[in-house]
Amino acid sequence: MDLSLATRTVDNNTIIEVGGEIDVYTAPKLREQLVSLVNAGSHHLIVDMEGVEFLDSTGLGVLVGGLKRVRAYDGSLKLVCTQERIVKIFRITGLTKVFPIYTSIEEALAGGPRE
Amino acid sequence: MPTVELRFSPRAEHVRTARLVAAAFARRVGVDEDLLDEVRLAVGEACSRVVGLHRRHQHREPVTVTLSSENGRLCVAVSDQIPQEAASLPVPVELGNGTALPDLEGDFDNETQLDAMALAVINGLVDDVEIHTGLDGGVVRMSWPASSERAG
Repeated sequence: MDLSLATRTVDNNTIIEVGGEIDVYTAPKLREQLVSLVNAGSHHLIVDMEGVEFLDSTGLGVLVGGLKRVRAYDGSLKLVCTQERIVKIFRITGLTKVFPIYTSIEEALAGGPRE
Repeated sequence: MPTVELRFSPRAEHVRTARLVAAAFARRVGVDEDLLDEVRLAVGEACSRVVGLHRRHQHREPVTVTLSSENGRLCVAVSDQIPQEAASLPVPVELGNGTALPDLEGDFDNETQLDAMALAVINGLVDDVEIHTGLDGGVVRMSWPASSERAG
């Protein structure tokens, strides 16, 4: 399944809606999008993963790379995900300690309660 | 003798095929529905890792995945053909308390770190996993409980 990406801006945050599967084949497309956004000056990113059907370590690597890039500009990269099967992979790799994961875009924008 | 043997060119676009075949076989031999995501992810990780290994060493031989049902368990083996000297397997990242997280200050695009992450995911997901390397290459063997031995 292909990867779909859509972006929109809300209150100085760029929201990236991701759909489909993030794996070794499609992850470069997400990486390209994140790099492009950061280079264009978008340093506060919210990755909406509610439409993600599969995520592997390649995808994790892309997200970590994105986090590193925005941090260089004192920016942020937040995740929105309520799917346990996706959150699980963050949990078993310890990356829940690294990424703020929210249950909705609204919470992410407000910087409210996290997963 | 494996029941199903899948061989594919070491290209990223074929990893999804391997995941789907593994999930279909797992369902067929009676792996619990709750474990199918785990099977799909673990097999995908193992295959992605081997694709990366073959690519880095410019090795064009196919990746081999064997699937079988033995003694009430689904057994999956993902093999590479990179000699042990050429492939230095990173120590899998330990999980849980005291997890050795990827170094965010380092270069996370480094393929060794990505390899370590793949192994960390596999180790975290699969209770029964073995990773071996040798002069003829390496193999990741994983197994899950299956409720029947319908496949044979």
